[in-house]
Amino acid sequence: MTNEALQARIKASLAASRRWHPFELAFWCMALAAYFLFPRQLLILNEIAILALFALSLDLILGYAGIVSLGHAAFLGFGAYGAGLLALHVSADPVTGLLFAIAVSALLGLVTSPLILRGNDLTRLMVTLGIASLLQELANSMGRLTGGADGLQGISMKPVLGLFEFDLYGKTAYLYSLVVFFVLFVIARRIVHSPFGVSLRAIRDNPLRAAASGVPPSWRLAGVYTLAAGYAGAAGALLAQTTQFVSLDVLAFHRSADLMLVLIIGGTGYLYGGIIGAIAFKFLQDWIAAFTPQYWQFWIGLMLVLFVLGGREYIHGGVRLLVSRLAAIGKRKGSAP
Amino acid sequence: MLTLIFDGIAYGMVLFVLASGLSVTLGLMNFVNLAHGAFAMAGGYATVVLMQRFGVPFLWTLPAAFIVSALAGLVLERLLYRPMYAKSHLDQVLFSIGLVFMAVAGTDWLMGSTQQIIRLPSWLQGRFDLFGIAVGRYRLFVIILCGFLVLALQWGFTRTRFGSRLRASVDDARVARGLGIPVTAIFAFTFAFGSGLAGLGGALGVELMGLDPTFPLKFMIYFLIVVTVGGTSTLTGPFLAALLLGVADVAGKYFIPQVGAFIIYALMVGVLLLKPEGLFARSRS
Repeated sequence: MTNEALQARIKASLAASRRWHPFELAFWCMALAAYFLFPRQLLILNEIAILALFALSLDLILGYAGIVSLGHAAFLGFGAYGAGLLALHVSADPVTGLLFAIAVSALLGLVTSPLILRGNDLTRLMVTLGIASLLQELANSMGRLTGGADGLQGISMKPVLGLFEFDLYGKTAYLYSLVVFFVLFVIARRIVHSPFGVSLRAIRDNPLRAAASGVPPSWRLAGVYTLAAGYAGAAGALLAQTTQFVSLDVLAFHRSADLMLVLIIGGTGYLYGGIIGAIAFKFLQDWIAAFTPQYWQFWIGLMLVLFVLGGREYIHGGVRLLVSRLAAIGKRKGSAP
Repeated sequence: MLTLIFDGIAYGMVLFVLASGLSVTLGLMNFVNLAHGAFAMAGGYATVVLMQRFGVPFLWTLPAAFIVSALAGLVLERLLYRPMYAKSHLDQVLFSIGLVFMAVAGTDWLMGSTQQIIRLPSWLQGRFDLFGIAVGRYRLFVIILCGFLVLALQWGFTRTRFGSRLRASVDDARVARGLGIPVTAIFAFTFAFGSGLAGLGGALGVELMGLDPTFPLKFMIYFLIVVTVGGTSTLTGPFLAALLLGVADVAGKYFIPQVGAFIIYALMVGVLLLKPEGLFARSRS
């Protein structure tokens, strides 16, 4: 095979992987339809969209680049405080706040990325955990700026784009979060199916071999870490803007741990895992909290244990089977006419 | 000033007893057990319950705390932990976080979320003056007890037959098994012993660190710091790290309370950045 033919094939395969599957379109239509179908559940739908965006961010580094993190809440919290402080002191325009939060979180990701390039998985887990604890301690001690344990209060956002006012029922909030999530999702989808994304997977599977075949790991890992940090910051900004409140809780350890559970439920490395996991997680949380509000953490813990001890393979096997069946149906339909 | 250092050393000693089990499971068995604090909490609550409900003297509750936690460790190792040894670090971390959440919520349900207080016997209360330093009796007791424990551990680890078998099992489990060393039993015993030490540390720490259901989460990062900063290939490394951490924490909270634990986390990240293997680690290869 000549070099040109090879390149043409690579391009064709990348283009094929970028094509939207009908079920993906159906999925996003459903997300939009939920707005009309469940007008009373919009607040929880909004939470799901934000959690899904946060999970997407972790999926980018965990599922595609193999970077483990126990402190992803650091970026969520940084973005939330960034957006909240900007709204309080400078400008209450949501989009400005969102862009600002993305920028500062990505910057934090870039600055801390050398830390996660060193050492093995264990060191990474500890370092990310350490950074998140550090930020939480910092936010707690800088009470004059962050409100300390009381949190940032009195945020009131201006209408989105000057047109859509935030309301009590979460109508604007859900649509705003969903649109932001969709835009970021499309960008993430484009990135992971680009040559850059493919090289990330090569590094994840075998860093030594990737380096030997001309893919330097460091810059690419730093790049995707920065990107994921920006995404988590966006989730934090959405959280701060739609709830109009930021507390120390956004930096708490259980946020990072819950996020891991979300990705374990949904699976990593195909972008939709975070969304499926977020939906399942929120409904579980809601359902458990309904009959035992105080001790739902126990059940979350039990699920983590059971998932890791072996339940994961069954669920993911089932999901994968379902997806491949559906994909086969979709293909047959696509090729029929 | 010297009193501060003294208090810091007592605090560090308890931290070491708490974390030494973790340094064994993490460093020797290569298993990340974030739920280590849960065993410590079990020991602490054993002491509280024995003293408050049954009026057992404080000294007798210490071995009881050790036994309770060691038994818990033994059972959990057999039932839950053993299949996890071969899994990835991420799986182990998630698994043990799940255990921590269950322990926190379960303890909350059983014992209530309030801070637990114990009454020390009168001969351990108060302070006395020693060459101009105000020495807390209880802290002195803790330092002496933990000092003996450290020496005994170091001796047991390097000088006894069990210690050499353990090290052999860790270095190469397959070869050790081939030589007739009961690796599984040794790991089980070590895990239970480490859990027991955590329980003892938890019991000693009720007075110094406080005890409530969030104990495993609150101190998880402290244990991790001790082990990561100290390195996991020896016992002396974590010991020095625990002393440093204890003194730094007590002094830091005294002199600059508004910064809180910030310095300590920064220290950990810094050490991991410069020396991912730990500050006092021998290179293992």
